[in-house]
Amino acid sequence: MPDIKVSIKNLYKIFGPNGESMVQKVEEGATKASLQAEHKHVLGLSNVNIDIPARRIQVIMGLSGSGKSTLIRHLNRLIEPTSGEIMVDGEDVLAMSDAELREFRRNKMSMVFQKFALLPHRTVIDNVSYGLKIKGTDKDEMKERSQKWIDRVGLSGFEDNFPAQLSGGMQQRVGLARALATDAEILLMDEAFSALDPLIRKDMQDILLDLQEELHKTIIFITHDLDEALHIGDNIVILRDGAVIQQGTPQEIVLDPADDYVRDFIKDINRARVLDVSSVMASGSSDSGLELAADMILELGMPAMIKADVTSANVMRDGEVIGVVTLANMIGGIARPESHEGEQVTYR
Amino acid sequence: MELFDEFPSMGRTDLRDLKKGIDFAFRDFSRENGEAIENFFDPLMYFMVWFEKLLLAAPWPIMIIIFAVLAWLGARSIPIVIGTVASFMTIGWFGMWEDTMATVAIISVATALCIGLGIPLGILMSRSNRMQSVVTPVLDIMQTIPSFVYLIPVVMLLGIGKVPGLIAVCIYAIPPIVRLTNLGIRLVDKEVLEASEAFGSSYRQKLFEVQIPLALPNIFAGVNQTIMMALAMVVIASMIGVKGLGVPVLRAVSNQYLALGLMNGLAIVALAVIFDRVSQEYGKRLQKHRQGGHGA
Repeated sequence: MPDIKVSIKNLYKIFGPNGESMVQKVEEGATKASLQAEHKHVLGLSNVNIDIPARRIQVIMGLSGSGKSTLIRHLNRLIEPTSGEIMVDGEDVLAMSDAELREFRRNKMSMVFQKFALLPHRTVIDNVSYGLKIKGTDKDEMKERSQKWIDRVGLSGFEDNFPAQLSGGMQQRVGLARALATDAEILLMDEAFSALDPLIRKDMQDILLDLQEELHKTIIFITHDLDEALHIGDNIVILRDGAVIQQGTPQEIVLDPADDYVRDFIKDINRARVLDVSSVMASGSSDSGLELAADMILELGMPAMIKADVTSANVMRDGEVIGVVTLANMIGGIARPESHEGEQVTYR
Repeated sequence: MELFDEFPSMGRTDLRDLKKGIDFAFRDFSRENGEAIENFFDPLMYFMVWFEKLLLAAPWPIMIIIFAVLAWLGARSIPIVIGTVASFMTIGWFGMWEDTMATVAIISVATALCIGLGIPLGILMSRSNRMQSVVTPVLDIMQTIPSFVYLIPVVMLLGIGKVPGLIAVCIYAIPPIVRLTNLGIRLVDKEVLEASEAFGSSYRQKLFEVQIPLALPNIFAGVNQTIMMALAMVVIASMIGVKGLGVPVLRAVSNQYLALGLMNGLAIVALAVIFDRVSQEYGKRLQKHRQGGHGA
């Protein structure tokens, strides 16, 4: 079990004048729709329990209105919860005084925003050093550290430009550098790449994964895009109407969707790029001579098998054979799960 | 049917007593407190007298150079500097230099006072909706009530002179700067504010590093409007003893001196155009960072 960095327990958020008294109604089974209709309160989050492991990328995904942006804003208390508990490194975030909360935000958690939220009147380097300036870092160190992160995200030469002079992708690199410059261990990313066009988005995802390989931060990444979630997430939580529907690794979610909502979500994804050979293997061994690593994705495993002109291979982990996989297994794995056409799938 | 023929009004004696009551109460109030209030404003008066004397005592070429430099610093535009110098030369040529300096003095002090009071008030207003709902109608009244009406209590309290003139000018000229400061701060992008909070800004850091800088173009539009409105009050202020270009205009009105009125009126217009162009160009320069190849 990896160590838990952020732990969310029984978190409720109900928007409206008497939120607190509505928690009980939700516990008794009131839904978002009934709460809205009968009590004029909006259910933001309903009994959310998530343990976020340290040094991993935790994706929280859901459609718009599912409460994902609300949830991420609870972690640094930009939004106050109605009830529940949020622990970061064993420290109760909700018990912090204003001053403690400011220290916490300055040092522990930084954030990247969907629409970049850069200061339009400051240059790139001043934007990147914004978090450091708030902390009161001295000038030379501030400059040096900002410059380092500007170089790291590939914006060297743009230090003295204003945000409006940069493209969207470049602006978000500034946002990313700003968040990284404070050396916070936890990075909140609120649909950080959603406003970018697909190619740039892919680019930014790769930058993020590159950085993560060397920095090992705890990243909490919000998205509505399943491809993005599967691409960068070590773990995924799926939210709907403010409640957690399913949590697990990308493989678990693709192989075993919890309900029709999730099933509908995953039906159009490229399964061969998510599933690895170990997820479709059988016990036994093969004498074909081909060996595939357990975590090789099917997209690479199948051509390897065809190239070697065999129909089965040993699945290897740590130098040992842990099972056998056939071409038929793989094709079965990437086939869309049984059609649920005719079944009613509702989203809210 | 009597009810329909005559409007139900309070009795003539009651009405007279009411008016008298208010008048006497205010008269007593001003007799009791007038001196204290005057003493309170004394430093302001000394400053205004000193400032006006300074402008008048300075040799005219130096003043013109100062105006040219200020115009350049504000607008960074050669045509505007040339226009400024030409206007002041013409004003001097037609013998209106002294009145013009007196007007510049009171406009400068009034504008500074309005900025000093108006911006903090606008900030307070942007902080709370209740404050906004209280201040907005007061500003509405200040802008619509005929100036002569509030001249009465001001003169009763402080007599005639520079300070009551200044107060009258400020009552008329302060609303735009308050309104636009409030508006500017309220229009600051919510996401940028959220970012500022997420990085742990204190209230002061948020105000001085995000809200005010981002509201600056609006605040500056307010400053511009305040200057224009202060100039518009020059003639009315001269009725209660403020020296300047308003005095000859007033004289021209009562004696039907067409040329005198026209010349001094045009001098006011020239001042207005100079102040307006310079402050607008400066405001535009504040927004330069917003230009760029990409909308954001």
